[in-house]
Amino acid sequence: MNKYYLGVDLGSTTSKAVIINEDDEIIGRGITNTRSNYSVAADIARDEAIYNARFSILQKKMGEEMKAKPEYKRYIIDLESVFQYEQFKVRLDKLGEELVKTCNAFFKDEKKRDEILGHLRSIRKVFKPVIKHDYLYNNLGSKNQFFRDIVSEKYNEEVNKLDMSLFEPLMTVWDKSISPAENERVTFNFKELVHKAMDELRDKYKNLPETSADNKSVNFDAEMNLLKGNFDHVSETLRQHIDEIADIEFHIENMTGTGYGRALLPFPQDCIRSEILCHAFGAHAIFPETRTVLDIGGQDTKAIQVDKYGLVTSFQMNDRCAAGCGRYLGYIADEMSISLNELGPMAMKADKEVVICSTCTVFAGAELRELTNLGEKREDILGGLHKAIIMRAMSLIARSGGVFNEFTFTGGVARNPAVIKYLTQLVKENYGDSIKINIHTDSIFMGALGGAMFARRNIQAELPSAKKGKQVA
Amino acid sequence: MADPKEAIKEKSMVIQKDMLAKQFHDLSKAKELGKKVVYTFVPGNLTELILSFDMLPVYPEINALQSGMRKKSAAYIREAEKMGHSEDVCTYVKCDIGMMLNGNIGPTGEQLPKPDLLLLSYTGCFTFLKWFENLERLYPGVPVAMLHTPYQEDGKITKDQVDYMVKQLNEEVIPKMEKVTGKKFDSAKLSKLMENSAKAEDLLVKILESAKRKPSPIDAYFAGVYYIGPIFTAFRGTDSAVEYYTELWSEVQERIKLGLGPVTPEGELKEEKYRLVMEGPPNWTNFREFWKIFYDMGAVIVASTYTKVGGVYDTGFRHDPKNPLESLSKYCMGVYTNLNLPQRVDLIENYVKEYKADGFLINSIKSCNSFSAGQLMIMRQIEQRTGVPVGFIESDLVDPRYFSYANIKNRLESYFQMLEQRKIILKQEGVEA
Repeated sequence: MNKYYLGVDLGSTTSKAVIINEDDEIIGRGITNTRSNYSVAADIARDEAIYNARFSILQKKMGEEMKAKPEYKRYIIDLESVFQYEQFKVRLDKLGEELVKTCNAFFKDEKKRDEILGHLRSIRKVFKPVIKHDYLYNNLGSKNQFFRDIVSEKYNEEVNKLDMSLFEPLMTVWDKSISPAENERVTFNFKELVHKAMDELRDKYKNLPETSADNKSVNFDAEMNLLKGNFDHVSETLRQHIDEIADIEFHIENMTGTGYGRALLPFPQDCIRSEILCHAFGAHAIFPETRTVLDIGGQDTKAIQVDKYGLVTSFQMNDRCAAGCGRYLGYIADEMSISLNELGPMAMKADKEVVICSTCTVFAGAELRELTNLGEKREDILGGLHKAIIMRAMSLIARSGGVFNEFTFTGGVARNPAVIKYLTQLVKENYGDSIKINIHTDSIFMGALGGAMFARRNIQAELPSAKKGKQVA
Repeated sequence: MADPKEAIKEKSMVIQKDMLAKQFHDLSKAKELGKKVVYTFVPGNLTELILSFDMLPVYPEINALQSGMRKKSAAYIREAEKMGHSEDVCTYVKCDIGMMLNGNIGPTGEQLPKPDLLLLSYTGCFTFLKWFENLERLYPGVPVAMLHTPYQEDGKITKDQVDYMVKQLNEEVIPKMEKVTGKKFDSAKLSKLMENSAKAEDLLVKILESAKRKPSPIDAYFAGVYYIGPIFTAFRGTDSAVEYYTELWSEVQERIKLGLGPVTPEGELKEEKYRLVMEGPPNWTNFREFWKIFYDMGAVIVASTYTKVGGVYDTGFRHDPKNPLESLSKYCMGVYTNLNLPQRVDLIENYVKEYKADGFLINSIKSCNSFSAGQLMIMRQIEQRTGVPVGFIESDLVDPRYFSYANIKNRLESYFQMLEQRKIILKQEGVEA
């Protein structure tokens, strides 16, 4: 039997899970938003990683055939997207139930209750197909967006279209329902769900237009054309393989928990490890020449120096204040009423960087309003904000001893193009052009990866918190 | 958190408690006993000289840390801030001033007497000057004697510096003490006290150096400040100090004989896993919680710099009864905070090597400039020279608002795991750590 190892990184903002095989290869990734119930967050991330692992095992198995038949690859990728939608749908139904339940409990007045229930039904009717379309055709599943974010955005859009007097009751019902819906542990039957997804996919292919509307890539077209009219054959050929991977008993040989919430993870006590070591170990595994690691997470920034073995020699973290971390960007996005994902691209359009103080997140929000008032462009303000974050990180790096070649950047913020732009600029300015800067698409998973790698090596750790560690039921 | 259990105590700790209780009792009765009271500092303290005039010393720094340990500092600091002291001012100062404004009740619950003399015995910390300027205003009319201590800028004590210090003792400090007490300076009495000092110093060095053993029988930081060091300041030169350190040394020898580790508030440390050298003062408001993070992990501090603020004796200095004033001068200029940064790095490097430490850790104090300046440089230098992993945490002396248990624990856990992983992986790789 194949052995797999799990790393879970329970961060302040997101919870990540990574599954590796015996060769330290990542075969599964899962990510969700951290919520008040840490245990559910960890479970969801782990389950997602296991589903993802099944799909990647399938791809691996089909490796040779996929080279010859690109439509197989297309089919598997599409199938995973639809599979994610099927999961989403189950949770959306739970949310629907919660909304009705809240409504019934909250509104004593029958007329009012029926009115709100009516609005809830029509809101749902509008956004459900939109989200389905995004999953099926726009690959929403691979965009690391979470259930809460996706539905909140659509719900808000719809509520804003309605009369102002409905805003408060509809938002109250929402606020009371989203957390229970999100915190409910839902167990999916993979096989059942994947079959549902195959049926859904069949409908999609059957109704494919003559030319795809989204024909940005030549491959896409070519693969789609191969699938068109041929999907039944493809799906029947793959069905046996899909059933096989659905039947795999996923044996997790060992696991490691890390991140801020690590002490609360329902893990055996010797499987808990500091995120500093995990980030460093993960980054070093992907880029073995790494000597300096910068990790910008939700609430802390870490500058870590590692040796040739990937062992931490020293580290510095922000103390007392988390301005300049991921949450800082989240706050700014809220202040600007734009999504977190839009911040970076908008900042990339800056013509100049407006000077902004990064010592306090809340004050930065106030500054933002003042600067807007003075007529500064949003893009330029955002440019300044992104630069401010990196300036803060640079001082932490300096405290930890500076940048040594190679330099690896990890954490959720590493997906933001403007952060990367200013980081590159400032590292080169301060430490020279010869510094090689590594940023990996799996940046956000580095901590979980390092954890999984520690689990594979079965290195025991002893911690005071582990000794008396609280077990979450 | 659950109520901490009563700490487990050694005989020496009980003796210390009695000695300190008596000291504070005597202070509360100073006026009745006809004793004059001197307020002064720990670094460069002139305890023997004070005692030679039969005066009683009060150490505002020690009162502040005691208030911190007894959870009284937050209210005192608030009081001082109400008076206008900024959030950034040294919290020892604010705690001390707050305590005075609240009736000057000492740690034993007895009132501390007003000073008859303010002796600014150390100027290496600029805040000390400002602190005494404040005390001067709070106690109008009380004479102030200032001893300007030259910093060891060039890494050595020159003859000119000693002459300068002796001149100040003769022309400033001693005449003021004579005036306050109405007694003549008695050089023979001072020398007699200094004989005792040298004896106690010999014993103290033996006790501190016992930490070179594996396992170390003492914790040279937490225990260092808790029961090894305190007696040294107020009692150095007395017969009871010599007796105390004789008892403590015999306890330590007993521990060595039995192969025992250090005493912690929860009993013997069972397994010594990590040996560390520590720089910077401890946090006092959460002293036991802070210590517990270390002993729960089996981490022992084998040498520390903070315990050398009252004097560096392990490099050979002893009070010399034959040259009392010269020797007092050299003592003042030789305390840890009066060493220049290269000297401090050399000292720490020796500690790491001689005490076979696994790591070097800094507790950086938010409101202490004297200690914080140069710490990052020290850390880098120690890392380069010794190759041991270095760590950096931040807290404060007695302001509980700056002790973040979760953050400190997170950093320390990471640091200890880092040490452990190094041992394991380097062993796997066949590399000697």
